[in-house]
Amino acid sequence: MSLSLTALVVAALGVVAFFVARARANVFDAGDLSTRAAGDRPHSRPVYHGAFVALAAVIPALLLLSAFSFVQPKLLDGGIIASLPAADQPKSAIDRDAIIGEVKGLASGELADAFNPASKAAVPAYKVNQSRLQLEALAAAVLLAVGGAAWAFTRLAPQFRARNRVERVVMGILIVASLIATLTTFGIVFSLLFESLRFFRMVSPFEFLFGLQWSPQTAIRADQAGGSGAFGAVPLFWGTLFIGAIIAMIVAIPLGLMSAIWLTQYAQPRVRSILKPVLEVLAGVPTVVYGFFAALTVAPALRDFAFAVGIPGASSESALAAGLVMGVMIIPFVSSMADDSMAAVPQAMRDGSLAMGATSSETIIKVLVPAALPGIVGGVLLAVSRAIGETMIVVMAAGLAANMTANPFASVTTVTTQIVTLLTGDQEFDSSKTLSAFALGLVLFVVTLILNIVALRVVKKYREAYE
Amino acid sequence: MDAQTVTPTGSNTGTVTTKMTARDVSVFYGPKQALKSVSIDVSQENVTAFIGPSGCGKSTFLRCLNRMNDTVASARVEGEIKLDGTDIYKGDMDVVQLRARVGMVFQKPNPFPKSIYDNVAYGPSIHGLARNKAEMDGIVEGSLRRAGLWDEAKDRLHDSGTAMSGGQQQRLCIARAIAVDPEVILMDEPCSALDPIATAKIEELIDELRGRYAIVIVTHNMQQAARVSQKTAFFHLGTMVEYGDTKTIFTNPTEPRTKDYITGRYG
Ligand SMILES: Nc1ncnc2c1ncn2[C@@H]1O[C@H](COP(=O)(O)OP(=O)(O)OP(=O)(O)O)[C@@H](O)[C@H]1O
Ligand SMILES: [Mg+2]
Repeated sequence: MSLSLTALVVAALGVVAFFVARARANVFDAGDLSTRAAGDRPHSRPVYHGAFVALAAVIPALLLLSAFSFVQPKLLDGGIIASLPAADQPKSAIDRDAIIGEVKGLASGELADAFNPASKAAVPAYKVNQSRLQLEALAAAVLLAVGGAAWAFTRLAPQFRARNRVERVVMGILIVASLIATLTTFGIVFSLLFESLRFFRMVSPFEFLFGLQWSPQTAIRADQAGGSGAFGAVPLFWGTLFIGAIIAMIVAIPLGLMSAIWLTQYAQPRVRSILKPVLEVLAGVPTVVYGFFAALTVAPALRDFAFAVGIPGASSESALAAGLVMGVMIIPFVSSMADDSMAAVPQAMRDGSLAMGATSSETIIKVLVPAALPGIVGGVLLAVSRAIGETMIVVMAAGLAANMTANPFASVTTVTTQIVTLLTGDQEFDSSKTLSAFALGLVLFVVTLILNIVALRVVKKYREAYE
Repeated sequence: MDAQTVTPTGSNTGTVTTKMTARDVSVFYGPKQALKSVSIDVSQENVTAFIGPSGCGKSTFLRCLNRMNDTVASARVEGEIKLDGTDIYKGDMDVVQLRARVGMVFQKPNPFPKSIYDNVAYGPSIHGLARNKAEMDGIVEGSLRRAGLWDEAKDRLHDSGTAMSGGQQQRLCIARAIAVDPEVILMDEPCSALDPIATAKIEELIDELRGRYAIVIVTHNMQQAARVSQKTAFFHLGTMVEYGDTKTIFTNPTEPRTKDYITGRYG
């Protein structure tokens, strides 16, 4: 029986323990509770007694099983090697892994035949070994579960504080869950940091942050032509800002703001209840869909337009195509933040302005928008941070040429696009080319983090103003 | 403007001019009727107080007088309300102009999150009352002076209006309302969020403004109505039960319901 099935058995035992213990605790509650004085009532409700016993059954057994799941493969591997006759003992680590892989493949039926004749001979012993270990695990887990439940069960009494214990265990589980989440984040950040440090040992941070030349192709052999390897990331930063913070925002800020104003101030409630969710659907469209819309529809149309009008430097991948589509993608972010912050402006402000004889639009421009401005600014900053981290649209529509140009019809490249191209395909893991992706990622991370912190502060400060 | 002159019955003021008249005004919020056929005359020279238990429709009626009920989608107003003889609900009355002529002060002080100066300058600038900065400065100073706030505010005109105390904020709102030089000022429980000292200041101010503006005040405070008003209307369950000289209403009401309310039998 495999470990996951064993875990199911343990869970089933837990369920049984719960019901048995609850039934036992129900006896404490017998009679009309409301006629008893508070100090005379059982301390905890029967569900807590049930939960306490169930937890006592399940938690130690599951901990044992998870420890076992780490140990079992090592024991099995050792068993395979030990079962081989002396003549067939592997000579190297690679040999050893190959034999172990073959034995396991044969045993599970994934492999039909083995390259190494010794592997076939080792299969029966492996199978015996495996089922013995699994049986042992099952027995240990069941014993532990039953033992835990029995111990917990003997503690049940009317005044036993089952509720407090259960609450403490639940809190422990929550703490572990949040620790896992935070530690993972820190882990990612640290790996980003360390890989970037390795990169900065090869390329100076100064060149990386201020250099104007980006061509990460390094020569693999000394006699190879072409790859000089220049790592000046300014063209990428420029492309990222040009698309995400300039073009996209020129689209998203006015459209998002105006649609929010119309939705909150002018639209009939019924129209609003339909259009607001529709707008929010825009935020749910997968970015890859926006990407091919940008690459296949918008970009060619813009190129043809540029040729027709005679704009030089037009290319079939352009900053404008990516920026326009990204702007559309960002609209719901801007409009929902603007919407929220305008809705948070007290009705009394609006009334005060209207009672002075201001029209709706005067009220909006002179009172509502200024009062909601911090929230709107926060929303825009969040939108920018989202836009510069956006990948799919720019990969598909912006291009790869690291141009420093302000011509929106020309092709530019962005930080995210370069990370994708640097890391896809076969790479040497420790070349400066590959490691530069981590440095780019680090820059992106830091900028996004700062934008988010600033945005949240602005929004928070503003919220306090009206409470 | 065909202002009518009426002879008041037993009034302590001399001749009074009717500024606003309401005839058979009913208000519905959706299907629910909140005000039933209210008729009343508001005079230029007097302060008129509206009193009555919570939910009886005082605010609703007050908001009819400058058409603030237009901002409530479900509200429907029937009947006739005239300002200087012109029906304010008829087609050719422009709400923007109406609200410039009939100003309003709210229950909770609601200065805009702008500077003190900009709060007062708000109305004059949207109505284009000042041709240059000097004129605007004059309007701001005059309004703050009339609202009794100039001495406290003159050194901090560019601080935020929301940073002032509650009582100062309410006087700022009054200054803001009088900056557009209205003819009528409506006040909906202007002191209910203030402490007794700030309340006394506002009451003093109302007394000073009397005569220059027709003032209508809603209040829950019986002593306040007695102190600041010359005319009092008692509302109950959407109807106006009794309207007359404040002195009469408080000492010798005709209606038993008024008497019960004044003497605190319910409220
Ligand atoms: N926007 C609205 N929508 C629906 N009903 C409303 C609305 N405003 C007021 N009402 C109802 O109209 C009635 C009168 O309300 P109004 O606010 O005029 O009372 P009030 O006399 O000012 O009370 P208070 O002294 O508590 O301020 C109440 O029953 C109230 O529930
Ligand atoms: Mg009211």
